Amino acid sequence: MEAKVILRTEANNKKGAGMGIAIALIVIVIGSIIFHFLSPWMMTPLASNWGSIDDTMLITLIITGIVFIAINFFIAFAVIKYRHDKNRKSKYEPENKKLEVWLTVITSIGIVAMLAPGLVVYSDVVTVPEEADVVEVVGQQWSWSFRFPGADGELGKSGVEHISIDNPFGVDPLDPLGQDDVLISGNRLVLPIDRPVKVLMRSKDVLHNFYVPQFRVKMDMVPGTVSYIWFTPTITGEFEILCAEFCGVGHFNMRGYVEVMSQQDFDSWLAQQPTFSQALAKNSSEALSVTAQSGKDLSQISGCLGCHNFTDSSIGPTWKNLYGKMQTLADGSQVLVDDAYLKESVLNPTAKIVKGFAPIMPVMQLNDLEMDSIIAYIKEKGGVEGEAAAPEISGEQLALNKGCYACHSIDGSKMLGPSWKGLFNSEKSLASGQVITVDEEYLKESIFQPNAKIVAGYPPVMPPPVINEQEAQAIIDFIKTL
Amino acid sequence: MENETDHDMHEPTSFWTKYVWSQDHKVIAIQYSVIAILVGIVALILSGLMRLQLGFPGSFDFIDPSAYYQFVTMHGMIMVIYLLTAIFLGGFGNYLIPLMVGARDMVFPFVNMLSVWFYLLAVIVLMASFFVPGGPTGAGWTLYPPQAILPGTPGNDWGIILMLVSLAIFIVAATMGGLNYVTTVLQARTRGMTLMRMPLTVWGIFMATILALLAFPALFVSAVMMLFDKILGTSFFMPAILSMGQQLDHEGGSPILFQHLFWFFGHPEVYIVALPAFGIVSDLISTHARKNIFGYRMMVWAIVGIGVLSFVVWAHHMYISGMNPMFGYFFATTTLIIAVPTAIKVYNWVLTIWHGNIKLNVPMLFALGFVSTFTIGGLTGLFLGNVVVDLPLSDTYFVVAHFHMVMGVSPILVVFGGIYHWYPKMFGRMLNDTMGKFHFWGTFLGTYAIYFPMHYLGVLGVPRRYFAYENYDFIPESAKDLNAMISVMAIFVALVQLVFIYNLIWSLFKGKKAGDNPWKATSLEWQTEHTPPTHGNWGKELPVCHRWAYDYSVPGYEQDFLPQTFTGQPEGQKA
Repeated sequence: MEAKVILRTEANNKKGAGMGIAIALIVIVIGSIIFHFLSPWMMTPLASNWGSIDDTMLITLIITGIVFIAINFFIAFAVIKYRHDKNRKSKYEPENKKLEVWLTVITSIGIVAMLAPGLVVYSDVVTVPEEADVVEVVGQQWSWSFRFPGADGELGKSGVEHISIDNPFGVDPLDPLGQDDVLISGNRLVLPIDRPVKVLMRSKDVLHNFYVPQFRVKMDMVPGTVSYIWFTPTITGEFEILCAEFCGVGHFNMRGYVEVMSQQDFDSWLAQQPTFSQALAKNSSEALSVTAQSGKDLSQISGCLGCHNFTDSSIGPTWKNLYGKMQTLADGSQVLVDDAYLKESVLNPTAKIVKGFAPIMPVMQLNDLEMDSIIAYIKEKGGVEGEAAAPEISGEQLALNKGCYACHSIDGSKMLGPSWKGLFNSEKSLASGQVITVDEEYLKESIFQPNAKIVAGYPPVMPPPVINEQEAQAIIDFIKTL
Repeated sequence: MENETDHDMHEPTSFWTKYVWSQDHKVIAIQYSVIAILVGIVALILSGLMRLQLGFPGSFDFIDPSAYYQFVTMHGMIMVIYLLTAIFLGGFGNYLIPLMVGARDMVFPFVNMLSVWFYLLAVIVLMASFFVPGGPTGAGWTLYPPQAILPGTPGNDWGIILMLVSLAIFIVAATMGGLNYVTTVLQARTRGMTLMRMPLTVWGIFMATILALLAFPALFVSAVMMLFDKILGTSFFMPAILSMGQQLDHEGGSPILFQHLFWFFGHPEVYIVALPAFGIVSDLISTHARKNIFGYRMMVWAIVGIGVLSFVVWAHHMYISGMNPMFGYFFATTTLIIAVPTAIKVYNWVLTIWHGNIKLNVPMLFALGFVSTFTIGGLTGLFLGNVVVDLPLSDTYFVVAHFHMVMGVSPILVVFGGIYHWYPKMFGRMLNDTMGKFHFWGTFLGTYAIYFPMHYLGVLGVPRRYFAYENYDFIPESAKDLNAMISVMAIFVALVQLVFIYNLIWSLFKGKKAGDNPWKATSLEWQTEHTPPTHGNWGKELPVCHRWAYDYSVPGYEQDFLPQTFTGQPEGQKA
């Protein structure tokens, strides 16, 4: 810009008039700088390998900070220098090619200085080291659970269609890789220090986001797909897990913890956790166990049920009360129907033909898990028409699976909903002013019509859970014990 | 382009055709603006309620989590769509385009009238959701499925349906208006008004309208698809999932598909709001600094460039959405490239006041305030656009502070500046200066005090869309004090707006008479025979344009501005 002489007569107008905006901008800039250096609200102490992310942020802060200061000071200076004076005219200058090109070039350099290191670090973020351990995080409204791959190092297949009360993770019961998976149902994830970990994420219901501020990286958990991040915890201790993607009214209360500990401590902790197959053996709250249920599905898909069923008019030998009985074969001999016999009859159907039936069954190629599931189905279904009476349901387990603990504590602490501790037989005043004693009837009503009688001081936000009478009773029985 | 010398203006005579079922762009503009301001007040009240909860958690019994999320959602959606989009395109666009390009009206006046009535219908449907069972949707303004249509989210029955229907109606309104604005700019400019002589206000609104016409269909289809998922049980956005422990019938849909559609609309939407603001602020700065806009051609190309680029940056809203992470490279690069034309605009604004003769009138204060807030909002965008820096900041208060600064505070400062600037033309009276200055200082300093510290909550890692922050160890007590301070400021700023509303009404009757051209401005709208302009705008003869809109302080002339209709050929005139 060649300098043209501009007539400057000192403030013809009121002294200082119009300086306000200039002063304000200067104060804003200085105030912002002071605020920045005095602010107690800075990044949480880093607890992962991602110091490089903090570095890129620092680069961005420095470059943008300089521009922020420069632009505001420039405006302030221009306002002071060129504020209105009726004896003066503006300079007429539509364009200044040279200046415009310079500014464009300098800006581009600034942009590259931020983008280039950013993309380099990003390539580290998306490239998972080969040696990384794997852990899966499963989100649901409004709680967390975790799965380790077990001894084989690989997670079994999972899917929503497998999810049931006894199989809350939805692990495919027929996938051999899933049998040794270690399941963590609580909201506490434990990780070993200094080991890179690839976190696979999935959601059972809506979007969630696995967010630990001290680790820096975060990622949405999307139903129907699996997302991932990786990091290496570098500090032992306990860190909070938060949900960072809005997931409904309980979003702000979807709490979890990561505990980072030494490898030895981690190993001994992990060894105490149940594997999938152990969990299956332990939980059976429905008529058919998870294994038998998948045997039922499998026998449907494989066509078994075309010839075998649980009535007396079955094309092949009936499965009704089959297990454990003595079967008469075509050669007149008798055989006990046990696991070995059933297995043989499936893998080699013509070996031992039951008397009165033709040797027409095709050979079925089933692996051991599939075999066991069908045997479990035959065994558990037995001779009962319809479904067998369900065994005892654990109310505690059920409450976890249904996500009750997102809003109801069992230790007396106040959360979104009334705590269950000491709830039964206690007196509660309702929002309507009425005072009631919490009995079985009230609890049942509150489960099925959550907003009918709201306890004073609590919001009417509980969604009606999908639950049957028997399950509700189990939860009520559990509440009584607290 | 009008040739008839004895043009019949078809001036409406009855009250109803003049003020209610009017086809006059100026009346429609005022109708649009009044509805937008009224609905904006609703959104402002909602933000106050939301801040009460955040600043003083637990002190207000009527704000439970459901209500809080409903406030957040409705506040966001109303501000972005029903206030800012409507007032920039339907309000400023309607009023200024015909006057600035020298046309008698929009080219399709009847469609223009339909547009404002559809807009009103959309607003009524939206407001109705406050009164249906379950209340309005609380899904967050982004309405992400699956939660938006499932139990566990407030208003998942009627609320979300009304929201989607209202959006669809709004898009119909915006399309009818938008086709009008684009056609009028392209076809109805007066003699001599070449594209490169148009005021930047028209350029900004023109480009924003093109963006709207191309981007809104993506929102429209996603609204319709989500309605189908909700009502008919289709699975566009719904994979096989559980809801409250029960398997749903949906299968095979993709929640991320919705996000792509939403942000394919949503990012251009930022510029639908920003480009008119860019244009208007350019004109305010030039007029009140009594200086030509610096680098006009660069400004035009920056507007066009930003408009085009705005369609290839959308997934920077989705870095942590679970989409293929490789997209991050592409979208980070395009996003940071868009910073270059944006920065050029900021440079040109500040270079316009350099060597100027700056009159710090109220519109100018708002314009300068805008440059400052837009600078900070744009710069924090460089944090979030750079994919790796976004990872820790995404979904925290840093994002909230960023987008409020860049597309909340900044555009609304321009809306205010624009109203102070053109109100004299619209009603023939000046807005009160003292109230205007109070309004500016309260709003400008107040919003700075709200949003500057809020960035630091985000740096700390405080997540957004949280009803309460109790018992989180990493959030210190002091953050709660900061939240309380922010809430007090927010309520203060909201109250300051009452002064503005009062000023609008008071000045209608008591304001100083303005005359035809109180700011001594060059563009055509200030050269009308009457103020406010009468039906048909220009009397018998259309104005003829002889120069660009920025001939301020041209050397060799006594007066410091040459209207676009001025016939003399001064030296230095380009184009």
